[in-house]
Amino acid sequence: MARAWAAITLAVVAAMVAGFLWLKPFDALTASVPATEDVAFERVTTHATGFRAVIRADGSEPVAIAQVLVDGAYRTFTQEPPGPVERLGRATLEIPYPWTEGEPHTLAVVTSTGLTFDHVVEVALDSAGLGGAGILHLIGIGLFVGFVPIAVGYGFLPILRRQGAAGRDFALGLTFGLLVFLLIDTTGEGLELAGEASGGLHAEMAFWTVSLLTAAALLLVARRGGAAPEGGRLAFFIALGIGLHNLGEGIAIGASISVGEVALAGFLVVGFFLHNLSEAIAIAAPYRGAKVGAAVLGGLALLAGGPAALGTVSGAFVFTPLAAAIAFAIGAGAILQVLVEVGALMLQLAQGREGALQGPAALGFGGGLALLYATSLIVSL
Amino acid sequence: MPFPWISRRGLLGTGLLAAGTGLGPARPAAAQGDDTYPTHASHDGLGANLTVGAVDHERNGFDPSAVLTDWETGTLETDAEGRRVRSFRITAVDTEIEIAPGLFFPAWTYNGRVPGPTLRAREGDRLRIEFTNSGSHPHTMHFHGIHSARMDGVPGAGEVNPGDSFTYEFEARPFGCHLYHCHSVPLRRHIHKGLYGAFIVDPDPARHPEAREAAEGRLLGHAANARWQEFVMVMNGFDTNFDEENEVYAVNSIAFAYHQRPIRIERARPVRIYLVNVTEFDPINSFHLHANFFDYYDHGTTLTPTFRTIDTVMQCQAQRGILEFSFAGHEPGQYMFHAHQTEFAELGWMSLFEVV
Repeated sequence: MARAWAAITLAVVAAMVAGFLWLKPFDALTASVPATEDVAFERVTTHATGFRAVIRADGSEPVAIAQVLVDGAYRTFTQEPPGPVERLGRATLEIPYPWTEGEPHTLAVVTSTGLTFDHVVEVALDSAGLGGAGILHLIGIGLFVGFVPIAVGYGFLPILRRQGAAGRDFALGLTFGLLVFLLIDTTGEGLELAGEASGGLHAEMAFWTVSLLTAAALLLVARRGGAAPEGGRLAFFIALGIGLHNLGEGIAIGASISVGEVALAGFLVVGFFLHNLSEAIAIAAPYRGAKVGAAVLGGLALLAGGPAALGTVSGAFVFTPLAAAIAFAIGAGAILQVLVEVGALMLQLAQGREGALQGPAALGFGGGLALLYATSLIVSL
Repeated sequence: MPFPWISRRGLLGTGLLAAGTGLGPARPAAAQGDDTYPTHASHDGLGANLTVGAVDHERNGFDPSAVLTDWETGTLETDAEGRRVRSFRITAVDTEIEIAPGLFFPAWTYNGRVPGPTLRAREGDRLRIEFTNSGSHPHTMHFHGIHSARMDGVPGAGEVNPGDSFTYEFEARPFGCHLYHCHSVPLRRHIHKGLYGAFIVDPDPARHPEAREAAEGRLLGHAANARWQEFVMVMNGFDTNFDEENEVYAVNSIAFAYHQRPIRIERARPVRIYLVNVTEFDPINSFHLHANFFDYYDHGTTLTPTFRTIDTVMQCQAQRGILEFSFAGHEPGQYMFHAHQTEFAELGWMSLFEVV
């Protein structure tokens, strides 16, 4: 009986879907409404002879690119593949142009119906500088913003260790603050990228779904044995979360460099270096003063910082706003998971100790947030 | 090189573009399956300030190269009192026009074209313009000329509802280069949608004994007029995304039309241009001639020039005038003319004379 009901329900669902798709009973309501067109610029790069723009058609109908404007003037161009761009489909426009280095240029497409969509190249710089040597540079930048600050940051561990329980509480508070900051930061950046992706992809919803699923999956994996992760295992998950966050950061940096949006790469790298120093303390915090081998610490630094290098390279060559938003979503989910675990650990350690969360832990939390905010001011992409 | 661009049509067809440019062959068009999609390459690899593809003039129902000279003189009769009566039939229709390759504009038109037909009469003719509105909104024909209030073509006097007709009657005066346009409200929308055209009144030499020769040279059909190369140019623009700024500027509607098919000029014969500005949203438009100077008759209502020996003239909306010049002393070649608001020029109001 139950099975029969399920079968009937499925049949009704199928019939309704088919009916709406074929009979179109409500089309009369929208028959006079013109098709809405939208065009998203997914990636614009500058080359010796002009611009290359990857566009995505949004809206309810295919979009035919009739003409292209650069700085308010019609320009010759080629489109690959030619013809109208299907809904959510992509096309590449090659626009030869004698651009001016270091100055902004505005690209616009005019569709067959006369709508215009534009994109500003903030600072025109040749993206083609990213050849073989370019890849090494990108890896170098990734390591310098990801791995190096953590390796250097370990230098703060001995002084914290000397403070005993206070140092431990401070380190955990700082870790908690750092994770809160990273969660907000990652979510904000991820949603911004999702907003740049074509609206038809519902990238914001994809962001939330992926980040919550990631957090849930990592929580389940980490607590597979029944107990909350502690010590080395917790350190591993913190490093993993920070690593996934740094992957997203790397993608954003690589993409910005490749499209010429970062005029001051050196300044940016120094900013990220300072910004990420405290991640070392967060990774080592779960060991609570116990001795840890240099090899273990090195491995954790690589796990937490290495993905930044992967990100800078992939961001420079295969960036799309949707892919970057998904990378940020995974990072946000991973951070949410360790935030829960670090919080649980702090509560557990505070049990039976009056005011345990008000002293060094609060100082670490507040100081961590303030420090990250201050250093984030120098790294706005 | 004033013309660093070449089209498939130019290559396969008239050869006009390829002639004298010394360009290499265009990139093979094999990757492109469709005439309306980009098929161009420029010789320097840095592209060109042009649209790509070709406008289908046949589908539009009017060809900008023909619009230059297709004077609509109506039908001429003599009434019982011996007066010349000239009749025109004009119908307002909604139609979509291609104003740049692949770019379509939902226009309101007189006789299906933008600008509307160039009405041409002789000073003193009785004009009867039978106007039928087959469009979707009320429209009028408001003539810049001398006439009674009843014939003014404004709301309340000669406004025609869809499906109705009205006949405007007045005498063709003063002689000059004039225009007509719809004066229904909202005025800006009715004009910029395409309801305008040139209205030329040739002087009657008999009425101007003091400048008889000049008047004869202006009078269409007179032997003295035959040596002139006359063109009508209506400077207009199109706001395709309705943001109150034009995406396309042109003379006679099609962006870069005379850049892609230059206007042929015989050096031995003088040139006369009936220039009308109907551009919406911008306070002025202008005409600049390269490598040459012209005499200018503002509104065309005089037989002696308003300005002599100028190479740029500006007009506010509805201002118009006659330009006269000659390439007699020039070597053959392509000579540019365009708006000297570079913004308009780069958005389509860029043209060439092919002087032979």
